[in-house]
Amino acid sequence: MAVVKILEVLSPGILTSVQDMGRYGYGRYGVAPSGALDFFSLRIGNLLVGNAEDDAGLETTLMGLRIKALTDIVIAVTGGNLQPQRGKQFLKMWRSHVLMRDDILAFKGSLNGFRSYISVSGGIYSSPLMGSRSTNLPSRFGGIEGRGLKQGDVLFSELLPEHLRNAERQFNPEWIPNYRNSWTLRVVWGPQDDHFTSETRDMFLASAFKMSPDSDRSGIRLQGPVIPCKPDVGESIISEGVISGAIQIPGDGQPIIILGETVTGGYRKIAAVISADIPLLGQIRPGDDVRFRVVSLKEAHDAFRNMEEKIRGFKENLTY
Amino acid sequence: MRYDNPAFRIMGDRGLLVELGDEIHPEINQSVQVLYVSMDLRQIQGVVELIPSYRSLLIVYNPLGIGLEELQKTVLDVFRDTDRSQLPKPKTIKIPVVYGGVYGPDLQFVADFHHIATTDVIAHHLEPTYRVYMIGFTPGYPYLGELPDEIVTPRRETPRTIVPKGSVGIAQRQTGIYSVESPGGWQIIGWTPVELFDPKSRSPSLLTMGDRVRFYQISEEEAAQWQS
Repeated sequence: MAVVKILEVLSPGILTSVQDMGRYGYGRYGVAPSGALDFFSLRIGNLLVGNAEDDAGLETTLMGLRIKALTDIVIAVTGGNLQPQRGKQFLKMWRSHVLMRDDILAFKGSLNGFRSYISVSGGIYSSPLMGSRSTNLPSRFGGIEGRGLKQGDVLFSELLPEHLRNAERQFNPEWIPNYRNSWTLRVVWGPQDDHFTSETRDMFLASAFKMSPDSDRSGIRLQGPVIPCKPDVGESIISEGVISGAIQIPGDGQPIIILGETVTGGYRKIAAVISADIPLLGQIRPGDDVRFRVVSLKEAHDAFRNMEEKIRGFKENLTY
Repeated sequence: MRYDNPAFRIMGDRGLLVELGDEIHPEINQSVQVLYVSMDLRQIQGVVELIPSYRSLLIVYNPLGIGLEELQKTVLDVFRDTDRSQLPKPKTIKIPVVYGGVYGPDLQFVADFHHIATTDVIAHHLEPTYRVYMIGFTPGYPYLGELPDEIVTPRRETPRTIVPKGSVGIAQRQTGIYSVESPGGWQIIGWTPVELFDPKSRSPSLLTMGDRVRFYQISEEEAAQWQS
């Protein structure tokens, strides 16, 4: 195994960063997990190119990324369809392809979804910090110097001798998620649903919100009807740990869905998006409609088990 | 008030929030620390992350590794089986601070707010041995309490978009240190050359919950020559 140059960044697009499954176990030190927002897509991408599910790949946002292969490699593009092109030809997503030396991979813009994941056979190499290669953009560590990619960056990989054999695999077409511009996210109530009246909770479920453009990898800001808390509870709560998917209601009553760059917070949370729907949070675009549907904890856990079984089923059917 | 028994709140399908009291109080925080340390020692299958804070412990779990009911039962067992004597003696960390000037742009505001001299603000800030109530907000950022009454000050009306790493701030009854450059709304009264966060380390935070902190004053020259 050798660490070799595989890709050169010609243009980073809006935001491209190195991400894996995230950095867990360090929340006690104030370290947020980071990681691929749509981890379902990155896991499948990794499996398509013969990697471990938790290897690092590239997460690119909306449009504009252009990268050039510096050697022959096998890649897969999963997640939102940002119209990846190899040269002039559109590249089929959710399957692995050979990228020949000097081939250029470019992303024209979103047909559906918000983020694409590029997996490379052998993974994207960087020094792991606290057990992860994910880029923590707000605190500037991990990935490539703790930042998004920039023009001229050269990426490395630990290529296996047989890596080119991983081309031409594809994901079950019926399992490819359907990204629209109107989303219904499943949630469970809590932890502070009792800070809202039942009328307010009904309104929360009946309302359509729009994703605001000032959202980022730390949180999805929503615009819509004001969600008031009960008059007898204070403006904020005592700071506590949070997880991605938790839906904060700050003083202005406009919900914020927390993503993987936040570890503690002092706003009350009316509900939280279930694990099986968290990958979708990475694919909502500014301006999209967002609604919430409440489910039981059992339904949430069953949905999570289904997702994991799907991934395991796909993995077991792959031949290496 | 400290609760006799843990109160559970559900955070999504993989978070269990365990509350041990309803206010910011050293004894409640210490109960959280006891529960956190004991849960950590047990290395419970399916527990992904433990995030202790002022008055609660957030347990992040993998629902395919442990069921919620089993997790709650484990928490109750651990809560009943443990006592404070099991806690390690807290370590005290001394942190040097340059006060005022470019290092503490809000020192004068805090002094004016309380109608006292800047030297009095500094003296009051140096007085207590602070408790690290929690680490959060950014990696290695300590929430320290409690400030003497004389310098309890609200947050800035307009938060800064960039607060330099090492800035020492105060907000209400708390003081804290910006461990990395970040946005922030606390009143900045000084700066420390000490590194609070090292991402290359497996124990990346200088401070952990339950530690004690004492500040001492250094000059600008001493800060410039500081080597940790």
